[in-house]
This record gives sequence, C-alpha cells and structure tokens, in this order.
Amino acid sequence: MTDQATQTAQSKHLKKRYRAEKRFKFFGLAAICSAAGILLVLLGGLTQMSIPAFTHHYVTLDIAIPETIIQAEQVTDLAAMRKVNWRGMVRKTLRNEFPEVTDRRGKRAVGNLLSGGAGDALRDKVLNDPTIIGSTVAVALPLSDDVDLLLKGLIDRSLPEENRVISDRELTFIDHLEAADRIDRRIAWFLFTSGDSREAEMAGLRSAAVGTLLTMLVTLLFSFPLGVMAAIYLEEIAPKNRLTDLIEVNINNLAAVPSIVFGLLGLAVFINFFHLPRSAPLVGGMVLALMTLPTIIIATRAALAAVPPSIREAALGVGASPIQVIFHHVLPLAMPGILTGTIIGLAQAAGETAPLLMIGMMAFIVDTPMWIDDKATVLPAQIYMWANNPERAFQAKTAAGIICLMVFLLLMNALAIYLRKKYEKRW
Amino acid sequence: MKRDGDMTLSTPKIKSSGIIVEYDEKRALHGIDLDIYPNEVTALIGPSGCGKSTFLRCINRMNDVIDNCKVSGRLMIDDTDVYDPEIDVVELRARVGMVFQKPNPFPKSIYDNVAYGPRIHGLTENKDDMDRIVKKSLKRAGLWDEVSERLDDKALGLSGGQQQRLCIARAIAVNPDILLMDEPCSALDPIATSIIEELINELRERFTIVIVTHSMQQAARVSQKTGYFHLGNIIEYGETNDIFTRPQNEQTEAYISGRIG
Repeated sequence: MTDQATQTAQSKHLKKRYRAEKRFKFFGLAAICSAAGILLVLLGGLTQMSIPAFTHHYVTLDIAIPETIIQAEQVTDLAAMRKVNWRGMVRKTLRNEFPEVTDRRGKRAVGNLLSGGAGDALRDKVLNDPTIIGSTVAVALPLSDDVDLLLKGLIDRSLPEENRVISDRELTFIDHLEAADRIDRRIAWFLFTSGDSREAEMAGLRSAAVGTLLTMLVTLLFSFPLGVMAAIYLEEIAPKNRLTDLIEVNINNLAAVPSIVFGLLGLAVFINFFHLPRSAPLVGGMVLALMTLPTIIIATRAALAAVPPSIREAALGVGASPIQVIFHHVLPLAMPGILTGTIIGLAQAAGETAPLLMIGMMAFIVDTPMWIDDKATVLPAQIYMWANNPERAFQAKTAAGIICLMVFLLLMNALAIYLRKKYEKRW
Repeated sequence: MKRDGDMTLSTPKIKSSGIIVEYDEKRALHGIDLDIYPNEVTALIGPSGCGKSTFLRCINRMNDVIDNCKVSGRLMIDDTDVYDPEIDVVELRARVGMVFQKPNPFPKSIYDNVAYGPRIHGLTENKDDMDRIVKKSLKRAGLWDEVSERLDDKALGLSGGQQQRLCIARAIAVNPDILLMDEPCSALDPIATSIIEELINELRERFTIVIVTHSMQQAARVSQKTGYFHLGNIIEYGETNDIFTRPQNEQTEAYISGRIG
C-alpha cells in the first residue's frame, strides 16, 4: 500500500467523521428548537385563553345610601351590616335606569345583569368609607359573567335567540347602558383578592393560593430536615451492608410510587388513625412531604457524594471528628445541591393533585385558610374544579389559574436560586 | 549531615513493629518494622503501589476511614500505642499532622484555614490568641510575608505552592509533634518544590517529619533517613547517605539507579 492511498483513505475517514459530527449537532439543535416551540405554543395558548379572566366589566351607578339603612358608627358591627339588603339596593338602583320596564320578568332580567357579588361591592365601599352614608355616590358594580362575556365579544350576538344565553331584551338593556357610557372594563382584582365562588365572575384564587403556601410550608418543614438527615446518615455514617442496601433500593423505588398511593396512606394513617383534621394543609403537607422525601434523599446523597474526598481528608487530618467533618465541611459544600433537590421536590409537590384528592383537599373553599389546620384547597385542585364547572366564564378562569400556578412555581424557584447563590458566596 | 550520627542514639519517636495492613483479602503491608527518630526527616521511597503511603497513613490512623481496611501489629508514638482501642483518634491526629499529595485547603479564607484546627480543639480563649497562632503558623510555613495583607481572601485563590504551604501551616497550627507528608511536592513546579524543601529542612528542628516521595533526588536532599519499600515490605532502611551511596540490597540499588520503579 502506498502512502498516497493511506492518505486518501484517511481524509475520506476524516470527512465521514466531520459529517457525523455535523449530523449530531443538527439533531441536538432540532430537539431543542422543537422543545422550545412546543413550550411557546403551550404558554401562548394559555396566555391567550387566560386574558379575558384578568379584566371584568363594571357598570357605574349613582346609588343613594340613606342613613335610615345604617349609621356610620355601625359599619364595624357585622350583624348590623349583614341585615342590610345591599343586593336589593343595587338591583333597585339599576331598575330605576329603565323606568319603561314594568313587568315582573323584565324587572328581574334587569336585576340579573348585575353579578351576584354586586351587593358586596357596595357593602365594601361603605365599609371602607363610612362618610358616604347619607349621600349619593357613584359605585362601580360588577356585571354578571354572561354580560361580561358578551361585552368581551365571547358570546355571538348573531346567534338565534334560543341558542344564546342572553335574550334579545337583555341585549337592549346592555346596549342602553353602553350608550349611556355607564359600562367600563377594569382589572379583575378579585381574581387575587377573593376565594372561590359559585358566581363565575366573583371566583378568585386567594384561598387556594394561601392553601398552597401553607401546604408547602408543612411539606418543607417535614421533608427537608427528615430527608437531609436520612441522607447524611445513609451516605456518611451508616455501615455499608445488606440492610443499608435494602433501604437504598427501597428509597429509589419509593420515588417511583404513584402519588395517589401516598394520598391513600395519608387517609388511612394521618386521618383515620391519628384523627388529624380532614382537608387541612397539615395533612396535605405531610402527605406531600412523604412524596417529596425520596427526591430530597436521593439529591442530597448525590450532593454529599460529590464533595471531593480531599476535603474530608484535610479535615480529618487536622483532627476533626467524623461529625465535625460532615457539619463543618461536607454539608456546607453540598448545600447548593441539596437546595436544588429540595426545590425540585417542592415544585413537584406544589403541582400535585391526586394525593390531595384522597384527603379532602379537593374542596369548595371560600374563606382564606388562616393556619395549617383550617379547611383549605390548593391551586392545582382549584384549577381542576374550575375546569369542571359548566359556566363559560370558568374557561378563562381555568387558564388564568394555570398561569398563576406557573408564576407561583417560578417565584418559588427564583427565590430558591437566589438563596442558593447567596449560600454559595459564603464559600 | 554530621549530626546524623548522634541522632541515631536517641530513642525512636515512632516505633512500628510488625504492621500488617489488609484490604479485604489483599495484603498491602507484610509486617513493617521501622523506627523513626525525632527531629529528623525520614523519607519513604519505592515504586508505586509498594505500600509507603499506606504505612504513612497508619501513623495517624487515616486508614480507619477506609471501610474494608484492617491494620494489625503494633505502632508506638513515644509511649502511646496508636492502635490501642482506648485511644482517642481525634487527639492522636492533633499530635500527628498530615500534608497531602494535592494541596487541599478548605474553601474558606486563608485565616479560617489555619484557625480551623485550633478552633475545633479549643486551643484558644480569644481572638488575640487565635491571631497569634495563625500568624505564628503562617510564619513557620514561610507564607506570612505573602499573605499577611489578605488573610480574609479565599485560600483557593493562592497558587499551588502557596496552597501547599498553607496546608502545612494548617497542620502545624495545632502544634503536633509529628508531620506526615504524602508526596507534598508532586503537584508543584520546581520552584515551589524547592521552597517547600527548604521549609521541610527548617521544620525539622521542631517536628519529626516522615515524607513519602517519588523523587529520589528529593529524598536525598531533604532526609536524614531513608526507607525503601517494595511490594509491601521494607527492603532497606538507614542513613540517607548510606542508602544512596552504598545500598546493601540489590533491589534498592536497582531502584535508586533507575533500573526499576
């Protein structure tokens, strides 16, 4: 064989290798692009769907609040406030806008343009500023969900009347109000400030968000110390034998157990045996902590094992005891890794619905839970319940709930990354 | 070199008799008998895998942390039996400092690296004491002039040679009698190496030094006694001068003349 022949063969081989490299790079790039594309479509779709939920239409009416109804000093008295027929007041005021409507049906139809929560809007206004009692004030009142959808263009006016949730007569009322410039579109703050509601337009995420926060707090408090301690013992202290091998295999298996099984366990053990409160963040957090434990243990063990042995030797060499080696050197160096594992575990837990189903956290909760033994629900459960509601306004609400859950997770991750970076700097 | 003669007459600092080390079924050391004398540098040389590092790590029981490692035999430091079950390993390691092959400072400040040992052993009452110990140790390790202005800087920002001297300062901060060095210069350039060798020569006045080295020139330069290890046995042990000029054993001669190893 001549030198030239060898050279040609070599250059041919080299070209083949370059081609293979190019191919591989292309496939990698294509994979990333398609993943990013799918993510964009998902986020874009969700955002578009959720936009209507972030605004709501209000009608502004001049309402006379006579002193005969309530005295200014009585506004803090809950019983007295409850006695007042706020709902009737707002409906009556709206009816006065349409003096030509005299029949019962027509009167009711006018009243139904307003949301069921319109009375509460007036009550809150009085509560905030009792000085308005005795005068006539302009109050913005939320319209009902169907009227709102119509004004947002989500209900087709051209449909025949029998296929439309809004009758022709109601349409004329709405058009009249619009022509009088009484209706405007505002940011729907109640989405964040109120709890769940049967009225689609009044339903908010507050109780579910606080429920999620409380549940995560319990999960963190249980799973972080338990998981880290278990991992330290298994990785650094426990002798390597059959028993520890068995435990290790089982921890890995536990990470793959379907989450609903943890829910059943929580129901059987925490609620039926220990009689802990049902539907409470305490039990929900404990169940999710069980689910998160394997993730934290595995991540912590990996982080501990990644600390270079030279650091352990150095510490042992100057006479540190094994426990001092762990707590002075190994654990601080492993902390960023441990925190990352904990965040991943918690994020997973925050998006979990199935185990909470079993312990009654899939519930209609209006009041914001104040502590971990109050009745509560969580964001993903709230989203699921909204998705099941028949009212069309809940479609946008569901998408808005998903967006809020994702923002919640994003904030959680951002906080964790910030803490991790801060911790790393000390070393 | 002429003081070597009378040094031999003093009582040994470390007395090893029949030290056997086994990893599971495999025997790494087959009964080592070795007397190491105070205020001398004893070099342990030999080809890779001959057991010299294993023997060094027996002296401060660093082999304890290896799960399947079993040590038998008797190893005395002064009048203490190192392998007495009653002995406190933490206290032992405070008496026997160790410097490793790769510089391994803690990822902390220069000050904290040196202060760590005294701190965990409770050697100081207050900050002034600690400052004094840190300064003294860094001076002895020949590093003070280079770092006195930046004690709070990270130790990992130092050069390799400086890091290794910091590790020496860290080891001597707890005031040990013995310093074990496991190939302390193998990761350093020739200039850093010569600085460390000079330092070893100075430290000899206060400490008993045992150094494992791959470089025969280094053994010849820094040590008073040399032991030649081969396949888990000590083949020859004696005055460095004698070992390098007229080795008694053929294997030793073959190794130091570069024919094996």
